[in-house]
Parts: sequence; C-alpha cells; structure tokens
Amino acid sequence: MKGILPRLGRIFLKNSFKILSLLLAVSILSFVLVNASPVDPVQQYITGLGTAVSPEQREQIEDYWGADDPPAKRYVSWLSGLLRGDLGESAVYRRPVADIIGERFLNSFVLMLCAWAMSGILGFISGCAMGMYRGRRPDRFLKKICYVLSSIPSFWLGLVFLLVFAVWLGWFPVGFSAPVGVLSADVTLWQKVHHLILPAFTLSLVSFPNIALHTRQKLGDVLDSEYVLFARARGEGEWSVLFRHGLRNIVLPALTLQFASFSELFGGSVLAENVFSYPGLGSAAAEAGLNSDVPLLLGITLFSALFVCAGNMIANLLYGIIDPRIREVNK
Amino acid sequence: MEQKKEPLLEIRDLSVSFRMYSRGLKQTDLRVISDLDFTARSGEITAIAGASGSGKSLLSSAVLGILPDNASVCGRIYYKGRELTPDLQKKLRGTEIALVPQSVAYLDPLMKTGEQADGHRKPRPTEKREKLFRRLGLPEQTEYLYPFQLSGGMARRILVSSALLTDAQLIIADEPTPGMSLEQALEALKLFREMADSGSAVVLITHDIDLAFEFADRISVFYAGTTVETAPASDFRKGPDALRHPYSRALWRALPQNGFQPLDGFQPYAGALPEGCLFAPRCPHRTEKCTVQVPPSREVRGGEVRCYYGA
Repeated sequence: MKGILPRLGRIFLKNSFKILSLLLAVSILSFVLVNASPVDPVQQYITGLGTAVSPEQREQIEDYWGADDPPAKRYVSWLSGLLRGDLGESAVYRRPVADIIGERFLNSFVLMLCAWAMSGILGFISGCAMGMYRGRRPDRFLKKICYVLSSIPSFWLGLVFLLVFAVWLGWFPVGFSAPVGVLSADVTLWQKVHHLILPAFTLSLVSFPNIALHTRQKLGDVLDSEYVLFARARGEGEWSVLFRHGLRNIVLPALTLQFASFSELFGGSVLAENVFSYPGLGSAAAEAGLNSDVPLLLGITLFSALFVCAGNMIANLLYGIIDPRIREVNK
Repeated sequence: MEQKKEPLLEIRDLSVSFRMYSRGLKQTDLRVISDLDFTARSGEITAIAGASGSGKSLLSSAVLGILPDNASVCGRIYYKGRELTPDLQKKLRGTEIALVPQSVAYLDPLMKTGEQADGHRKPRPTEKREKLFRRLGLPEQTEYLYPFQLSGGMARRILVSSALLTDAQLIIADEPTPGMSLEQALEALKLFREMADSGSAVVLITHDIDLAFEFADRISVFYAGTTVETAPASDFRKGPDALRHPYSRALWRALPQNGFQPLDGFQPYAGALPEGCLFAPRCPHRTEKCTVQVPPSREVRGGEVRCYYGA
C-alpha cells in the first residue's frame, strides 16, 4: 500500500482543521450560554471560599477577574488562557480544571472503554444472529430485548441493577470506584474491576440496541443481495455466506457506527456515573453543572466536544484504510 | 435420423408462482412460469431465446433451487434421470451445476476478483484460473482488482470463468456475452463449446440470437413463461418455413437481417395471462380452441412445439 501514510496525513490535517473550527464554535456558544445564564461566577467563587467576604473584598475580586469587562473581552482573555493550557481553576475543587479533567477522564476512560467494547462486541454478535435468523424465533426474541432496552432510560436501568445485583444479591458494591475506607495505594486491581463491572455493563446497554439493530439491518441487506444469491448458487452454505461475504460487507458500517457512538457513550456516562457514584468525568460534569462551577463546566464541554470529534475522525480514517473502494480511488 | 443424446436435465410442466399481497392482507399467486418443458443434453449447447420477462432467468433459479421463499414450484425436474429435490440441488450447486449470472451485481463488491472466480471450495484452482483469465483476454493483475474497478465486459468474463473453473456437467449461462467485444464474446462461446464437447450440457440464456444461431445445437423459444418451441439451431438458420410455432417465426422475422418486422401487441404480464394458449391473443392463426385450452407439447419434425397447428 504505497502512499497510505501521506494520504492518511492529509485526511488527518483536513479533519484537524475541521475539529479546531468546531471547537472554536463550541467555545463561543458555551461562553455565550453561560454568560446569558443567571449563574454568577464570582458569587460561586466566594461561596467556594467558605469564608465571609466584605463588599470591598468582593469588589477587588471582581476587578481582578475583570467581571465588569464586556463579554467579548472576557471571552478573549479566557480563550488566550485556554490556548496557553490554562483552563482556569474549579470553584468547587479549588484546583486547576485541566488537572481535574485529566484525573477524572482516566477513570471514565476505563469505564467507557469497557462499555464501548462490550456493547460493540455483544451488539455485533447479536445483530449477526438476528440477521441470520431473520423473522424466526431468535430474531424476534433479541429484537424485543433491543426495543425494550432502547426505550428504558439508562439511569433507571442502573438503579434496577443496583437494587438487584448490589442490594439484593450483594454481588457487586453499591458505588464508587474503590472500597470505602481503603487507602488508594492499597486498592487491588480486582477491587477496581469489581467496582467497574456494574456501571460498565449499564453503560454498554445504552448503545447495544442501536448497534445490534443496525447490524441486523445491514446483514439483512447483504443476504438479500445478488452476490449472496450467486454465492448460494455456487453451493455456499449459510455460514460460508456469513463469513465470506456477510462480515466483509457489514463490518465497515458497524465500525463507523461504533466510533460515532462516542457521543452516546459520553452522554450515558454522565447518568451512569451519577447513579453509581463513580468518580469519572460524567459525574464531574453533573457536579459542575449543579454547583455552577463555570470554569469546570466550560472545560468539560470543550473536552467532550473534542472526544466526540476524535471518535468521528477515527471512523473516517478507518474507512479510508479498510474500504478498498475509498482506498483505491484516493490513491 | 440423428442419434439423440442422453438428456441430462429434463423439465416437464414446470410452473413457478410468487405469493404476493395485493391489497391489504389479500394474497394472490402471481404465475411467472407456466407449463414449461425444457431439456438439456450432455454434449450440447441449448440456447434459450425470448423477450425480457419471459421467465428465462427464473428457470435457472428454479433449477438451482435458489428461488425466493415466497415462490412455489410445481412440475417435475429430473437430473440424470433422478428427481431434482431440494437436497439434491443443495449437493449439486457449484459442483455439478454451475451458474453464470447476469451482471456485476453478482460479484461481492469487497472481494478481489481472483478469489471470487475461485469460489469457496478448497483447494483454489489458481493456476487454472490464471490461464483461463489470459485466454479470455483479461489483463494481468485483474485478479487483484475489486468489482468496482472492472468494466461490464470484464465482470462478465470473470463470471464466465467462475463457472468454467468448476467441473460442472451442467452450466447455465444467463446472458454471458453483453458488454464484451465480438472477439471476447466469440472466445467465451468457444469455451462453452469446448465444455459441451467434453461432455457437459450448456444452457445459454441469451438475447443475442445471432450468436445463439451460430453456437447452439438447439434453441428453445420462451414466451410469457412457457416454451413455445424447441428446435435444432439449423432450423432457425434455414428460415421461418423450417420453424413450427408462429411466435418463433415472428421472432425470426423481427431480426434486422430478416426484414425487421415487428409483431403487433405485447407479451402478457404475469398476473394477466390469457386462458388457453398464451400466444393466442397475438396469433394470426388462432381458433376458438386456442383461447380455451393450453395446447399440449407435441413432437414435430425433430422439435417440440406447443401449438395445435404447428407443423
């Protein structure tokens, strides 16, 4: 494959430019929204200090932050800080926003990765099973499950799982990412995994039905195609058709869907992490919102936009590598 | 009297219908093939000629047992004297019976053509395929191309080679030549001829009647899902007086080199088939009998004809 790297580099550059302009738009929009909201960042900062502040001191704080400057000027100063890597300081945690995001994202990343892999693999396999048994019992059964799952809100499902598996059966802990009362250095890998299973499973069910039903539809289209008819005419059996033609033709759309599901994953993690009190980025986003922690909220908004864009870009790049129709034409 | 070769495939009174929902939940049966007789002999090329929609391609699906689920088949199909059951069809598909389908859509868009020509059976006939590709005039490296990179003619030659690579005794080629240049088409037909000469039966479904006249041993004329006449190709070369059915004669006269005379009217649609002989509404010789009952298939001068008056 000569020239694949320069070509990928070109796509990467093009997409990076798109992502940067999108991030700029997101930053402007979220800044305008926060600005228009009744939230008073100065008041939140003072509340966060936990001590009484005299009106003069308050004035000084406002002066120091430029709270009375016109919005455009404030935006520019926030953006220039952003470009220098300074996302500000969280009003609730009293620590740099970038540190909090980095730390929380690591937790979330493990959770989302597990959920993502689980929903992808289970969804794809169930979708294939449904496609192969179209209209018959396994298909009808799995389809019902998919419909039920996609109509249940994930936080409610999380509560039910907690009730059944954590409270009644006692198989899993009720919340957090590690046992309470144990030093973080003493937490074993097994304990971490044990705390991860239930939230990851709940989160995986957010995108599972979507992937399964899409895969089912795609496989159905392939099985109805003329090239599969020809394969049957040449004596290929059901499994040969699936492995020789089916997977080859449905894996691309499935991969795209899988990477495009980053947005659902992030949205779902906000709910799942709250239900399970899991200390990830999603629960930080919820806290920041509820406590009007403006710097943290803006930071997470930008970060999640970047995260979703990265997913889409990976899907684009993969398509160019895997699909010969795109690969050969772009040569 | 020429010695008759052993029939490899024999089809008697075949009918194929599709169950359809016409309005709401009301089901109707759409009959697309009716009372069809057809015979393919080892060592012969039998061409099937007829207009679009006359059931040519469906016949191949019926023989291979790959009709859609809503199709119902009645009548008898014999292969080597044994009734062709779904189980037997499954066993013979791709080994003893090979299909050359119509268009590039029958190739997997994401599989390289060499692999597709070889098929799923092991071991892959790589060497034989390379020779065959060269003989069909496919350039080197064609085996590494994907179907979207092929011209229509190249795709057809790959479909042809997929059948020739098997040791099939019955090859059903569904319009294998369109899109090829004349030399390529002749080469492809020569290959079919060689297959037939080595003992296979070749069924050539075609619109290219001239080539069929040239290469086939016998020609079956289809009309509205039935065979109206089966005759030696030499009769078609001789002219309308040697033919037995009014439709075959009309088909002959409609060829550009034979006067280019069209026949009035059109082939009836499935679902609106007339009672009795399917050709009766357009037939210059029809009598009352023709519009009441389907004429039986009769042997006339070494051919078969489904007409009361064919002679």
